[in-house]
Amino acid sequence: MRAILGVVLLATALGALAQATPDVPYVDIPAGELRTVLANDGDRGPVSVAAFSLRVRPVTRSEFARFVHQHPQWAPEQVPRTFASAGYLQDGLETGSPQAPVTQVSWFAAQAFCESEGARLPSWNEWERVAAADADHADARQDPVWRARILGWYARPATGPLPDVGGPPNFYGVRDMHGLIWEWVDDFNALLVSPDSRDQGDPDKLKFCGAGAISLQDRENYAVLMRIALLSSLQAADSTTSLGFRCAR
Amino acid sequence: MQHLVQRLRILRGITRRGLMLACLLGFAVGSAEASPPHASDWPGDSVYQLRLSLTDQNGRAFDMDSLGGAPVLVSMFYTSCEFVCPMLVDTMRNAQAQLSAQERGRLQMLLVSIDPARDTVAVLQHTAQERELDAAQWRLARTEAPAVRKLAAVLGIQYRALPNGDFNHTTALILLDSQGRIVARSTQLGAADPEFVSQIRKTFAQGVGR
Repeated sequence: MRAILGVVLLATALGALAQATPDVPYVDIPAGELRTVLANDGDRGPVSVAAFSLRVRPVTRSEFARFVHQHPQWAPEQVPRTFASAGYLQDGLETGSPQAPVTQVSWFAAQAFCESEGARLPSWNEWERVAAADADHADARQDPVWRARILGWYARPATGPLPDVGGPPNFYGVRDMHGLIWEWVDDFNALLVSPDSRDQGDPDKLKFCGAGAISLQDRENYAVLMRIALLSSLQAADSTTSLGFRCAR
Repeated sequence: MQHLVQRLRILRGITRRGLMLACLLGFAVGSAEASPPHASDWPGDSVYQLRLSLTDQNGRAFDMDSLGGAPVLVSMFYTSCEFVCPMLVDTMRNAQAQLSAQERGRLQMLLVSIDPARDTVAVLQHTAQERELDAAQWRLARTEAPAVRKLAAVLGIQYRALPNGDFNHTTALILLDSQGRIVARSTQLGAADPEFVSQIRKTFAQGVGR
């Protein structure tokens, strides 16, 4: 009798575990306005960003390894080419620090991971809003010292393994928005679409900084502009050794 | 969370067999949640790996891969678009007109909306009637926003919602072979792109069927 009771209780508990939100810290970001660096086609005012929650840290290698274990269709030898091109998890997940951010993941794989914890990838505006903060201010983008510090990361050559996640928290309590990895966003492939849909001449031209920069508002903010340039050059099945992600909901 | 773990520890003491059974149950719940994108007989580089569910202008639900077995001309649009999207339909018609009657009869035309909030089945139906699009060949379809983003990603189509309700998007005609692989793409609007048309013919010549 006790055994049967145990089975029932345990099944309920484990069912709840599987369905409940996994034990991953997200932090609430209140609704607010953002002066995005992306132009808004004549409407140059700030955009409103609805309240959402963002993962405090990027997804780690151990978290992603667990995901692949539970969803083997995302293992490198299983995944259809449509969802991940050749570099996907090329270096494997077994070696290196389990607490380092996962990289070499495609946009599709990142989306699938986020869906598995009841979340999604953040939109560019959501990401940019949180990335605008320093430790004490919601929007530190006009601070030249802060800008210079972030730019310093981009200037350092990317050699050796990535450090673990868990840098100092920013104004919202979110970590590692700068200085660790590049991050996928939900609308990564829509950032540099020409404001005029009739401008069909050579869409590839828009993918590079020079031509693309004409539709960007804050040209001094190189660190953020570089992210846009990188994301805009990617296909959803692509992956790179310094591109990871975090989820939002 | 902490107390759940404690409860589990206590329960584990009661029966080992129970734990194993419960684990199996728990695992079943966990795996049912995942969306299986694989396990299809389509090739790994097929767009049909997406397993996309769509609803057409007549409210019929269908899986995108039900179009497989024959070539498909696919693009993305939104009905409130005033300039480019009407031209898109014209361009698809122009390409169709270059084909033999037999090829024309077998080529499926699929237009998926990037504006699911406004492009309801009724709106799609209205557009199909207005443009005299035969439902046997033309599917004007909608799906939910996250699936729209995934389809656009697979097709390499870029779009962005604007604050005024319009969309910026790249306009591309994409040719899928009978297995759902992207074999050609054209961004030329208006008169049929001769290279693209010859790709459609070549795809038919390579045969249809799964």
